[in-house]
Amino acid sequence: MTEATAPVMPAPAPIVNPENKPFWDATVEGRLVLPKCQNCGSINWYPRVFCPECGKFGVDWIDAAGTGTIYTFAITRRGMGAYGKAGPYVLAYVELDEGPRIMTNIVDCDVDSINIGDKVRVVFHDTGSGSALPRFTPVS
Amino acid sequence: MAERSLRGKVAVAGIGETPYYKHGQAPDPEIVLALKAILAACDDAGIDPAEVDGFASYSDDRNNPTRLAAALGTKELRFSNMQWGGGGGGGSGAIANASAAINAGIADTVVVYRSLAQGQFARFGQGPKIPAIAGDPAFNIPYGIMSPAQQYSLKAMRFMHEHGIHQTALRGIAMASYYHAQNNPRAIMRGRPLTEEKYDNSRWISEPFHLYDCCMENDGAAAVILVSAERAKDMKHKPAYVLGAALGSDGGTGRGAYNGAHFASSHFTSVSRNLYDMAKVGPKDVDVLQSYENFTGGVLMSLVEHGFVEAEEADEFLVLDNLKADGGKLPLNTSGGNLAECYMHGLELITEAVHQIRGDSPNQVKDVNVSMVISGPMVSPVSNSIYGSEASL
Repeated sequence: MTEATAPVMPAPAPIVNPENKPFWDATVEGRLVLPKCQNCGSINWYPRVFCPECGKFGVDWIDAAGTGTIYTFAITRRGMGAYGKAGPYVLAYVELDEGPRIMTNIVDCDVDSINIGDKVRVVFHDTGSGSALPRFTPVS
Repeated sequence: MAERSLRGKVAVAGIGETPYYKHGQAPDPEIVLALKAILAACDDAGIDPAEVDGFASYSDDRNNPTRLAAALGTKELRFSNMQWGGGGGGGSGAIANASAAINAGIADTVVVYRSLAQGQFARFGQGPKIPAIAGDPAFNIPYGIMSPAQQYSLKAMRFMHEHGIHQTALRGIAMASYYHAQNNPRAIMRGRPLTEEKYDNSRWISEPFHLYDCCMENDGAAAVILVSAERAKDMKHKPAYVLGAALGSDGGTGRGAYNGAHFASSHFTSVSRNLYDMAKVGPKDVDVLQSYENFTGGVLMSLVEHGFVEAEEADEFLVLDNLKADGGKLPLNTSGGNLAECYMHGLELITEAVHQIRGDSPNQVKDVNVSMVISGPMVSPVSNSIYGSEASL
């Protein structure tokens, strides 16, 4: 079990519902889990109760390695709401080594020096509400 | 079985709009704006507003046909239609739906309209105030992705990376809209020309989008009256025939970001093919193009996915001189569009396309026979439409 690290950015709590609860429950334990279809074996994002590839119900949750590459990103210089005082921050889709691309932030980095294709690994930022946000940091 | 097509069956007989305002500055309630635009379009067509028997809109317009019909003195309501989903991507979809209704005999005089008083209701650019609770958004919102600019900048960044396209291509698209707005009396940004320096020095909204890559937010309304082609021939204005209209998206669009094939896309790959097939024209036949600029990155991908430019040549091609009404190779957004005329949710692009067929645009392109509109890109469903002169039939 990995301990969640202290946030360097706001960590607003996600809305947890029955469909995504297994995902968020795992984040508190420092695990990044992904849904894998029991029928066709595809690993999907976002987590849901059916497989968007073959349409069948029945997914297992598997542990992801927590490593991937930046697929695309955008820099927000001035955020809103909970991010109003965050300073410049990076939104990104990270392509996990297992295949899916997930929405996240790139943290602990110089926002002007990141590139598509950079290798990253997961860190968890505790929301204080029974969940932790998986974010990613560049691997040097 | 006869070929099923809208080509040449229906025409735009009237167009109208209210004055365009900065958001929050409309003096009238939103429904009054809608009515004023519809009355202006009826006047332009030379018809009694009570004759309008069909209504079509998009993006969940708040002013529903039954309310409008009561104010217009509608004799009989026969078509009440909302394009489902896709926000401003539904503009040409509403034209398709209205045209199909006329062609099928469901209604005779259909108005496509859109009314927005963003000051009286919610602003689009601000994004939702409460977090969505299910599906993809439930996973996205905690990360600080709240506005459309952020959402679509991710697509543009990837597309530009894949094809080696630089910021200057986006700048060229923004410059074209601002250039044309300077001649357009309706344009909010008339008198505020854009220079390359001004663009380069403007603040980032969500990199790679500068301020000038993003549409305005406005109040106002616009309306388009459609009737059968046969009837349009005897009306006040030169008809702008609907050569084709299409809507939708590829099958995989709704699967989510992990589905790589469709991520860095305007979502027009199948819809552009369907439009050209119906209209029986290709990109080389198009004399003038209005391409919805929610963000310039969406225009870039739309142009590529409609065959107007190869992605690898976008840097070279997307410069102001190529996009001007006066002598450009591809006259683009000749009213100023969403960036610089008015964000009338893209219906102002359709009225401009009609002006170009009639020959009375403030930035008139010479000898227009085929005038095309690409409605809001990067959503689903998206839509597009092509209008033609009598010579194009």
